[in-house]
Amino acid sequence: MGMTIVQKILARASGKTAVQVGDVVEPRVDLAMSHENAALVLNQFQEIFQGTGKEARVWDPDRIAIIFDHRVPAESSKTASNQKKVREFIASQGIGKFHDIRGDVGGICHQILPENGYVRPGAVVVGTDSHTTTHGALGAFAFGIGATEMASVWTLGNILNVEVPGTIRVNVDGEFPPHVYPKDLILHLIGLLTAEGANYKVIEFHGEAIRGMCTSGRLTLCNMSVEAGATAGIVPPDRETLRYLREVAGVKDPVDLPASDADAIYDRVVDLDAAKLEPQIACPHTVDNVKPLGAVAGKKVHQIVVGSCTNGRLDDLEVAARILKGRRVAEGTRMLVFPASWRIYSDAMRLGYLSDLVDAGAVVCNPGCGPCLGIHQGALGDGETALATTNRNFKGRMGNPTAEVYLCSSAVAAASAITGVISDPRGVK
Amino acid sequence: MASGKVVLKVGDDISTDIIYPGRFMATVLPTETPQFAFADDAQFNRKLKAKEIAAGSFIVAGKNFGCGSSREQAASCIKGHALTVVARDFARIFLQNAINLGLAMVICPTIEAAEGDELEIAEGAIVNRASGKRFPIVPLPKARQAIMDAGGLIPYTRRLLMEREAAK
Repeated sequence: MGMTIVQKILARASGKTAVQVGDVVEPRVDLAMSHENAALVLNQFQEIFQGTGKEARVWDPDRIAIIFDHRVPAESSKTASNQKKVREFIASQGIGKFHDIRGDVGGICHQILPENGYVRPGAVVVGTDSHTTTHGALGAFAFGIGATEMASVWTLGNILNVEVPGTIRVNVDGEFPPHVYPKDLILHLIGLLTAEGANYKVIEFHGEAIRGMCTSGRLTLCNMSVEAGATAGIVPPDRETLRYLREVAGVKDPVDLPASDADAIYDRVVDLDAAKLEPQIACPHTVDNVKPLGAVAGKKVHQIVVGSCTNGRLDDLEVAARILKGRRVAEGTRMLVFPASWRIYSDAMRLGYLSDLVDAGAVVCNPGCGPCLGIHQGALGDGETALATTNRNFKGRMGNPTAEVYLCSSAVAAASAITGVISDPRGVK
Repeated sequence: MASGKVVLKVGDDISTDIIYPGRFMATVLPTETPQFAFADDAQFNRKLKAKEIAAGSFIVAGKNFGCGSSREQAASCIKGHALTVVARDFARIFLQNAINLGLAMVICPTIEAAEGDELEIAEGAIVNRASGKRFPIVPLPKARQAIMDAGGLIPYTRRLLMEREAAK
């Protein structure tokens, strides 16, 4: 019987020739990522060793990555002290893949991992962040876990009791119309599947629209797969994956390109036509409350956010800059831009995107999670409305339970910044 | 068998942003997180902090409880108040986090209960003493039950670590 790419990855990582859906395996972990919540992980990690008489050492410091992104620079002394504690731990354990608050190597974890070549096709990647699904864009089996689970991974080097998940195959054919982006595709798909429609499953992307999509767009798709409840999203790796790894991530060593078998079994197959898509909006307060833009066009917006691990890459900034160049952000609306990494920030600066955005009235902030989860910059006022390229719109998400968050592509965000109301980028002359 | 009152009834897709708002994420230790449980529900949070809610009380939820972020604070803050969540089903990471902390969560796809009802966890079912109805519980998969039985993932991993050392 054929296997899906994820079954193959799990079989290999578990030292088996084959696994079936529902099998319980304990795969070795190729990369274990944490951000500021490493402060909790290390607390739990040290607790595991208590009473064992053994020194608390991580299983392999080269396979652990820690990136500060959620609260950078620290917003409080509490955060700063947690970051300090994590830095000391990193030094004492010899963890090399550490990205501190720096303008050369810093950024959001889900951008830092791909752009530094830390994620390879066929790898098992776990992260203490639900959007770890992002890394499926490079053909890895990547999923989010909690801090105690990570402490166990740091100790043992494998992840316990993983049930081999079933897979939903999504075929996307056709070409994207102008002003329609991978973000619109994934929002549409989440609306279709619902917020728990892919619980305990993998979403595997196929079709000519995926093959023709650059890695940036694939990262967006896999990033938001978790919003349909999926354990992971995955794009079987191809020539584009290789191009990205070689040209962008600087990977020099040989790379495997695992694939699903032609006779692999899927729980469900969803066929979509990219050509029929139009700009989509996820409305408050659930990510699956997705509507075509027209249904909410004209809604007043107080804060626009372009950025995050979902849509803070160079192509997202380019789209926003192109729309806003020579125009102005509407009075009564503020626009915040968060590039996903300092490398992107620097590229966008060199290409003039940042000055186009700033000249239009946008505030370009330092790379990081920003207001996405309401803990740092850009909180919303009572009753305000935000339109954001981020990934979640739950009640209270941007720091205020009386505010509303709508989700969209970078193009919709930029077009709406000009008017101050939710606007269709196809209408921008 | 354990019993207690339903102190909060919520609907589907209750996110970790509702259970433990992101702005309190700098607080990580299980000893400190309970103060921010359901912080945006001022009334419920106040009752929790004032210890007006008895240990062993129930939260009854719809589908996909705990969706969203992987923040473990969402599980540890509930554990700190010794509450049990009975939901139609749970989001994957949240459920695993609860199990890893040794916190019992009850998957009960047909649960019907109102705030104030007295629930009892019986053999394989939840009994609503107010209505007299029984609602079957979906047992945890064996591999996860083993973690619960060990008292959570920390003692479970500690045991594995020692076994691996002994086998060396």
